[in-house]
Amino acid sequence: MTKVTLTVNGRAMSGECEDRTLLVHFIREKLGLTGTHVGCDTTQCGACVVHMDGHSVKSCSILAVQASGSTITTIEGLAGQGELHPVQAAFKEHHGLQCGFCTPGMVMTAVDLINREGGTLTEETVRAGLEGNICRCTGYHNIVKAILAADAEMAGGRQAAE
Amino acid sequence: MGVEGIGARVTRKEDKRFLTGKGRYTDDMTVPGMKYACFVRSPYGHAKISNIDATAAKAMPGVIDVLDGKQLQADGIGNLICGWMIHSKDGTPMKMGAWHPLAVDTVRYVGDAVAIVVADSSGEARDAAEAVVIDYEQLPVVTEAVAALASGAPQIHPEAPGNLIFDWQIGEPEAVDKAIAAAAHVTEIEILNNRLSPNPMEPRATLGIYDAAEDHYTCYTTSQNPHVARLVMSAFYNVAPENKLRVIAPDVGGGFGSKIYIYPEEIICLWASKKTGVPVKWTSDRTEAFLTDAHGRDHVSKVKMAFDANNRITALKVDTIANLGAYMSLFSSAVPTYLYATLLSGQYAIPAIHANVRTVYTNTVPVDAYRGAGRPEATYLLERTMETAARELGVSPAELRRTNFIRTFPYQTPVIMNYDAGDYEASLNAAMQAADWNGFAARRTQSEAKGKKRGIGMSCYIEACGIAPSAAVGSLGAGVGLWESAEVRVNAVGTIEVLTGSHSHGQGHETTFAQLVAGRLGVPIESINIVHGDTDKVQMGMGTYGSRSGAVGMSAIVKALDKVEAKAKKIAAHLMEASEEDIVIENGELKVAGTDKSVPWFQVALASYTAHNLPSGMEPGLKETAFYDPSNFTFPAGCYIAEVEIDPDTGETDIVQFVAADDFGNIINPMIVEGQVHGGIAQGIGQALLENVQYDENGQLLTASYMDYAMPRADNLPSFKLSHQNTPCPSNPLGIKGCGEAGAIGSPPALINAITDAIGHNKLTMPATPMKVWQALQTAH
Repeated sequence: MTKVTLTVNGRAMSGECEDRTLLVHFIREKLGLTGTHVGCDTTQCGACVVHMDGHSVKSCSILAVQASGSTITTIEGLAGQGELHPVQAAFKEHHGLQCGFCTPGMVMTAVDLINREGGTLTEETVRAGLEGNICRCTGYHNIVKAILAADAEMAGGRQAAE
Repeated sequence: MGVEGIGARVTRKEDKRFLTGKGRYTDDMTVPGMKYACFVRSPYGHAKISNIDATAAKAMPGVIDVLDGKQLQADGIGNLICGWMIHSKDGTPMKMGAWHPLAVDTVRYVGDAVAIVVADSSGEARDAAEAVVIDYEQLPVVTEAVAALASGAPQIHPEAPGNLIFDWQIGEPEAVDKAIAAAAHVTEIEILNNRLSPNPMEPRATLGIYDAAEDHYTCYTTSQNPHVARLVMSAFYNVAPENKLRVIAPDVGGGFGSKIYIYPEEIICLWASKKTGVPVKWTSDRTEAFLTDAHGRDHVSKVKMAFDANNRITALKVDTIANLGAYMSLFSSAVPTYLYATLLSGQYAIPAIHANVRTVYTNTVPVDAYRGAGRPEATYLLERTMETAARELGVSPAELRRTNFIRTFPYQTPVIMNYDAGDYEASLNAAMQAADWNGFAARRTQSEAKGKKRGIGMSCYIEACGIAPSAAVGSLGAGVGLWESAEVRVNAVGTIEVLTGSHSHGQGHETTFAQLVAGRLGVPIESINIVHGDTDKVQMGMGTYGSRSGAVGMSAIVKALDKVEAKAKKIAAHLMEASEEDIVIENGELKVAGTDKSVPWFQVALASYTAHNLPSGMEPGLKETAFYDPSNFTFPAGCYIAEVEIDPDTGETDIVQFVAADDFGNIINPMIVEGQVHGGIAQGIGQALLENVQYDENGQLLTASYMDYAMPRADNLPSFKLSHQNTPCPSNPLGIKGCGEAGAIGSPPALINAITDAIGHNKLTMPATPMKVWQALQTAH
């Protein structure tokens, strides 16, 4: 067993785990943050996407011990208590979710996509950017709409701030 | 219609918890003392089990116990059953082979469960599962249905000689043969409907908890119908009497049919919890899901469609072989029979139809309902045949369909169904207009100038939803009734709980069901909660599948609301000293029509519970229950058009536009209905272009991960153009037809019709991968 220390959603957290424990299982089972999901075994579906040191990462493709010392944001920490991040709000507004299982990973990927390419996104680049996230319910139609709407709103926010 | 009532695009009440990571799915559940299960599964497609040695596994770190099928059988746990009886045309009942939850002496597909390991952690359970030594004697394997029927094929179940489960027919063979003999033209085609894996993003999971003090079981499970799960586990599998078994299906991450069935794992984890004295949780990984979740489709059919000299269809003859896998899953027998052949009239007036269906055991995962269930197979067969016939007859595909549309309702088909309402030409016209069908020739010329092949194809689908009424399905062999229940509980402060037997696993019932109540009573949608998915809270219900929650589930709520309203009006009339007939409910108030007298809703609710001043003889309280059994199926229909551009050098298909024009009857929430159609189309496009379950000759599943099974991703799909041409359904109080499956039913033939149009070659099977399309292009004229 190895001790893993992380800053998760702004709070220092630590726990013991086997060396083979994946970050996603550490987050779900040791930290009790079950918003991050496991949808496959081959790093294909993206239901487990979290942000590690500010970048999206599939938390099933990294060991918890490798992540030790890093800063993690999960879906639970994306916005303040009771609030929605603009991407979360856009998913609600545009019906970008149905069963909700892929949603945390989709939202975390979308936030990272907007952070990286915000203001320049098109339907084509959003679809390309979602290549690593699988949704079985929505046909992606409304997810794409939601991300483009969130991008426009966040770009507006950035402009207003400048 | 108000801002929150029927017809409004209300954003979903349930979204916030899913968007903030607060959804509660089965694998998120933990209870004190909980341990983890891993199943030991057959690595062979077909084998005798000669010995199971768990000695080493039991000595591994963290292992609590290893249990096998002989122990399960000794404890009296029953075999899994198929709940829909089908008789062969010679009158003999279907030949159901034994399905032990844990295999006892024979395994029949790769993934068949043989033993369960319970350990402190999931990792330790998995380590120990690998240490269970099982001696197998391999037997010959067959995975394809046609091969399984051939003489000399491996025998899979002793109960089903030649692997034939039943040989069933519907319709009039003599009339059909006569019409074919007299036809001006006969179109013949062989149709393959590829095998699919449903793949809800949440893998199946279950948590079995046995409470020895109460001799009571709790089962958390990823189910679309927890009450049916409890009924079946109690009545057939002898897990526990119903009053000693609580089944909870909390948030469920998609189902698409695959979570209707009661699988071995739920039964085994409950039993293992009693055996070991600890709560036992099992969560499927994705490969296990491919290996064990019921697959869908897998039909091979031969079709003859006869026409007279005016291009009117005179007869349809269909011979289908359906692969049901290694065991008969819960509703497997109904899918290729009453959910399939009864839809073979499509949108067309066909005087004579005959379908013969043989179902077959193979060494593959059991096959059961997957989104559409039988209806996509019927639609694909019919719409590929219509397209082929149009090409052979030299008429436009739209013209051939128009010539044969059913135009008057009700319409009795020769295959049981009685269509109650529809306007097929309206959807066809709307779709063609949205797709700019007339501009296609010019677009094709532009594509040709770029060296691309362009094609357009349509599909006119019909489906039967609601899967009811109970007496009708009972007479056809169903082991259950297909009504739905609802309870409307008005609290003393006027807030409302609606308990429904329907189950939401993405469909948004918490919003649409609340819209119905908010619209009826004029109370805020926030004051209404929808409760579902727990057999301890909700009265018996039948669950969600077959696009039935709107048509049947909401109708039950209407019936309960009728009773609540009637009682509330009596109380209001008493309070205002008015006549009951004069009371109207508007904007959260009960008013005396034509006066300014009113009492607020909450005051009536409170009066019902204080019971200080009720009409003489009235019981206190404001809570009513209703069970609703519909009078007919519902018949959603529509027209889908796909337009594709193909790169002849690579065979890659680009969907340049996809149009859906649907008739769903009345719509509660257009936003949610559109979402259902988007998702259905994506699954249909997946079937047509990408997805295919493939076994090798040894019965190994080659497509058991997302690296091998091509799921539709965002960059495989276009945005969709939708419209509605609704004719209200006369068979239920809300006029709803259902919308959950249409997309998956209507889209595959539209795409294949478009691709075969583009490449000028009609022989193409799904999925139309770039390799297949490229190969077809090499032999096209």
